[in-house]
Amino acid sequence: MSEAQEFKYIGQRTVRPDGFDKVTGRAAYGADLTLPGMIWGKTLRSPHAHAKIRSIDISKAEAHPDVMAVATFKDFVTLQSESIAAGEGSADVLDLAKNCLADDKVLYHGHAIAAIAARTEQAAKDALSLIEVKYELLKPVMDVEDAMKEDAVVLHDDMFTAGYEEKPARASNIATRVEMKMGDVDAGFADADVIVEREFRTPTAHQGYIEPHACTVTYDEDGQSMIWCCTQGHFDVRTSTAKVLGMELSKLKVVASEIGGGFGGKTVIYQEPVALILSKKSGRPVKMVMDRDEVFIATGPTSAAKLKAKVGIKKDGTITAMQGWMAYEAGAFKGSPMMPGVMTMFTPYDCPNVLVEGFDVVVNKSKVAAYRAPGAPQAEYAAEMVINELAEKLGMDPIDLRLKNAAKEGTQTIYGPKLKKVGLVECLEAAKNSPHYQSALPEGQGRGLAAGFWFNVGGQSSVTVNMNTDGTGTIVEGSPDIGGSRASMQMMAAEVLQIEPKHLKPIIADTENLPYSQGTGGSRTTFATGMAVIEASEKVVAQVKERAAAVWNVTAEQVDYADGVVRNTAGEDSMTLAEVCKGAEKTGGQISGSANINARGAGPSFAVHICDVAVDQETGKVDVTRYTAIQDAGKAIHPGYVEGQLQGGAVQGIGWALNEEYIFNEDGVMENPGFLDYRIPLASDLPMIETIIVEVPNAFHPYGVRGVGESGIIPPLGAVGYAVGNAIDRKVEELPCSPPRVLALIQNG
Amino acid sequence: MVSVVYEAPDSIDGAISLLANADVPAKVLAGGTDLIIQTNGSADVSRLFVDVKKIAGMLDANLSAEGLDLGPSMSCAEFTAREDIKKVFPGLVEAAYLIGSTQVQGRASIGGNLCNSSPAADTIPALLVNGAQCVIAGPGGERSVAAEDFMTGVGRNCMEKGELLKTIHLPTPAANTSDAYLRFIPRTEMDIAVAGAGVSLTLDDSGTCIAAKVAIGAVAPTALLVSAAADALIGTKLDDDALQAAADAASAASSPISDRRGTAGYRKQIVGVLVKRAAKIAATRAKGN
Repeated sequence: MSEAQEFKYIGQRTVRPDGFDKVTGRAAYGADLTLPGMIWGKTLRSPHAHAKIRSIDISKAEAHPDVMAVATFKDFVTLQSESIAAGEGSADVLDLAKNCLADDKVLYHGHAIAAIAARTEQAAKDALSLIEVKYELLKPVMDVEDAMKEDAVVLHDDMFTAGYEEKPARASNIATRVEMKMGDVDAGFADADVIVEREFRTPTAHQGYIEPHACTVTYDEDGQSMIWCCTQGHFDVRTSTAKVLGMELSKLKVVASEIGGGFGGKTVIYQEPVALILSKKSGRPVKMVMDRDEVFIATGPTSAAKLKAKVGIKKDGTITAMQGWMAYEAGAFKGSPMMPGVMTMFTPYDCPNVLVEGFDVVVNKSKVAAYRAPGAPQAEYAAEMVINELAEKLGMDPIDLRLKNAAKEGTQTIYGPKLKKVGLVECLEAAKNSPHYQSALPEGQGRGLAAGFWFNVGGQSSVTVNMNTDGTGTIVEGSPDIGGSRASMQMMAAEVLQIEPKHLKPIIADTENLPYSQGTGGSRTTFATGMAVIEASEKVVAQVKERAAAVWNVTAEQVDYADGVVRNTAGEDSMTLAEVCKGAEKTGGQISGSANINARGAGPSFAVHICDVAVDQETGKVDVTRYTAIQDAGKAIHPGYVEGQLQGGAVQGIGWALNEEYIFNEDGVMENPGFLDYRIPLASDLPMIETIIVEVPNAFHPYGVRGVGESGIIPPLGAVGYAVGNAIDRKVEELPCSPPRVLALIQNG
Repeated sequence: MVSVVYEAPDSIDGAISLLANADVPAKVLAGGTDLIIQTNGSADVSRLFVDVKKIAGMLDANLSAEGLDLGPSMSCAEFTAREDIKKVFPGLVEAAYLIGSTQVQGRASIGGNLCNSSPAADTIPALLVNGAQCVIAGPGGERSVAAEDFMTGVGRNCMEKGELLKTIHLPTPAANTSDAYLRFIPRTEMDIAVAGAGVSLTLDDSGTCIAAKVAIGAVAPTALLVSAAADALIGTKLDDDALQAAADAASAASSPISDRRGTAGYRKQIVGVLVKRAAKIAATRAKGN
C-alpha cells in the first residue's frame, strides 16, 4: 500500500449501525432471549476455596416439584486431557469441563458444583439448597509465594512443571516455567554505569464488563441444539462446548447476542454446556443468567503477579542489559498469560542483552481469562517503573531515554522475529510535543509516563458481502462487535464499493451461516475481518465489472468502476451499481463476494501515556488530574471509535492501578464481589482522557490498519504508579495505589 | 403460602395500626433504597410493607423560628434543593447530597437513612451535631428521642413494634453557628463512607469557638458524638493545635473494624483528618453568618 492514500469514506465519524438499538434499549443481549416453554437454570457454587468433594446428593433436589433437571460433572462425556483452541489461547478440554462443573475437588470460592433447571428462576434458586455436598476442607493456596513453596499444598497431584529438560520428581503448583533470552545479560550489566533492580506486585483484577454472562439454549430429540449467548467468539463457544459434550459441530448452532463488554473475559465457556445438559435432560429450552457476584467469583479475572525487573544503562542513556522474572497466578487451572508477559516485557526497547524467566502458577482462585493485552500490563508495568527510575537517576528526560533506546523497524525481539515498521518513535515524539507534556506540572503533583507494546493478531475471518437488487448490500461477518467494529466494516466495504456506508448493513452471522471465524480478541477484528471485508467487496466489484462487460460485449478489463458507477472505457455506456444489481437476474444470477482468510501481518501497536496526579498527603487518596493517551493506529478507520478504544483502555488501566483488587479473607473467600467494593473508576473520578492518534501504516493491511483495542491498557499501570511515587517521593512497588496503601507509603517510607 | 403485602395508609394512626397488628415481619417503606435491596431475592418469607409516603407531612420540611421540622420521607433530592434549609444547615444538606447517586437521591430520605441505622449513614453525624430530636409515634402516643440515643447498634435503633418516625426536629442554631459534614471514600461518589465526620461550631465576635459538637461515623457500631473532640475546640480560635487535638480525640473515641472498605488503623487516622477539615469548613461558614 502507498502511505498517502486518499480515502472517500475511511476516516469519517459515521453513526454506528448498532447505535439506535443500543440507546433505545432494543438491542438483544445475552439475557434477552425468551423461548416458549423455557425454564431457568441456576448454579450451586462452592462456599470453600479448596476442598475435596466427598459426595454430592441431588435426590432431594430432583424430588422438588418444580425442578426439571439437575446436572453434575458426571453428565459430561468421558473426557481425556486434550489441548484445544479456545478464545485467545488454548485450553485443556478436561480443565474446561472441570471448571464448568467441579469433578472431585472444588478449587476456588465460587467453583460451580451442580446446576438445577426449574420452572421458575426462584424455584431453581431455592432448590439449590436441597443439594447436599459433603466436603473435606483443604488449606487454600492464595498467592504465588505460597503456591511455589517446596512444601506447598498442591492443587493438582498430576501436574508436573513443564519447561524443564527432565520431568520433575514431584507434582507442584507450577504448571510451566519459561525462559527467553538473547545476548549475554551478565556482560551487559558489567557494561552498565547504573543498574536498577526492583520487585513489584499487581493484584487480581476483573475485566468488569457490565453485562453478566448469560445464555438461552435448546437441545431437541434429534440432538440438534442451539446456544444464544453473549460472547466474543461464538465459533469458539461451539468448538469448546461440542468438545466437552462430545457433539458434532453440525448439531450445534451458536448465535452471538449483542454483547455488553467482554475485554477478553467472554472468550471462554462457563454456563453454556451445563445449560445444554439441563435442556437435554428436561426437554425444555433453558436460560441461565449469572448474578453479579457470580461474575466476580467465577469468571475472569486476570492474573495477580509478582515480578522483578533489572535494567542496566550507560551514562549516555544506552540500555545495556534487561532482565525480568515473573510469576503469574493462573487461578485454579493452568494457563495464565505469563507467556505474553515474558514476550512483551522489554519489547519497547532495542537492547541486545535480555533474559526473562516466567512461571505459570495455579492458586485457589477462579481460572483467569484473557483481559485486554493479556499478561502485558503486569510485565510492562515492572519494566516501565524501572526505566523511569533510571531516567531520574541519570537526570535524563524519560522520553529522551526511551527515544534513545526505542524499538523500531529491524529491532530484534526476544520472541523471535525482528520488528517490521512500528510507530513507537512517532508516539514518543507526539508525546513530547503534546500540550500535556509541554505543560508545567502543577505544584505538589506528580507526573508519570510509560510506553506499552502489544503484538496484535490476525487469524481466520470469514465474510460474505451479499448485494441486493437495489444496489444496497449486507456484510455478513463472524466477529462479534465489542467495540464498534460493525461501523468500521461498513466503512471499509463502502470504500471498496464506492457507495455510502449507510447502504451497507453489517451483521454478525451465526455459526451456521459462515465458515469458522476466530473470536474478537487480540485486536484482530478491524485488521483481519476488515481484510476479509475488503477482499469480499473487491470480488463484488469484479463481478459487477464482468456483468457490465457482458452486457456491453467488452472485456472486464475494459470496464472502469468508480463512485458506484461502471463505465465502458471502449464506449459511452455506463451503469450504476444499483442498475447492475437490478439486472443481475439476466446476467448470471445474484451478486455476492466471499473471503475466508487467515490474515497474516498483524501490525503491533505501541502506546505512550502521560499521567498527572495529585495525592492527598493526609488520606493517601490519588486524583488523576490530567491524562493523555497516545497510540499508533496504523490507520484510524473510524477515528471516534479509535479514540474510544484509547480512552477505554486507559480508564481500565487507571482503575487497575488505583483501586481495583480482589479482597479475600483468610479462608480464601472473596469479600468484594460487587461494583460497590470492587472499585472501577466512575466518570466523575477521572478527567477527560486526551487522545492523540498516531498513524504509521501497517504495510500488510490494504488501508494500513493496526489493531487498537489492547495496547491502551498497558501504560496506565506504570504511568499512574510512577506519577504517584513522584508526588509522594516514594517508590511504588505494589498496585493498586489505594488510599490505605499510599498513606502507609507516605508515613512509613 | 408466602405473601408479600403492600399497604399505603394516609394517616399516622393507620400506619401505627398496621404496624402494631402485623402478624408477619412489618417494615416501613419510605424510598426503599435500603429496604428493597435487603429483601431482594428472599420471597421465601411473608412480609408487610407499610408505605408512609401518603401520610400528610411525611414529605414536607418546615423551617420556622423554632427550627426545622423535617418529614422523614422527604427525598434527599427535594431536601438538597431547599436553599432556605441549606443556609441554616449546610452540613446536613451536604450529607444528604452524598447519599448514593442522583437517581438514588430521588428516592432516598433522611428518615430512612436514620431508621436503617447503618454505622456509615451519612446524614446521622450531621443530625447529631445539630441536636436533632426524633419524634416517634406509636400505639401509646408520641415520644421524643435525641438522635444520639436513637441508634442502639449496627442496623438497630430504639423503635418498638408499632412505632413510626413522624418528624425529625432540629432546633434553630445560635447566632454565628454553622455545620459541615465530610466523608471519605476512595472514589468521588456512589460509595459507602470509610469514615465520616460532622462538626457544628458557634463562634463569638472575636472568632473564638464558644460551642461545638463533633460526631463521627463508620468508625463504631453507631455514629458517635465525641464530646472530647468538641471540648478541644471550645475556647480556642481553631488554631492548628486545637484542630489536631480534636482530631486526636476523635481518633481515640473511634473503634472501627477492618473490612473490605478499610483497615481499622486507617479508619482511625482518617476520621481525625475529617474532623479537622470539617471544623475548618464549619468555622468559615460560621464567620460568614
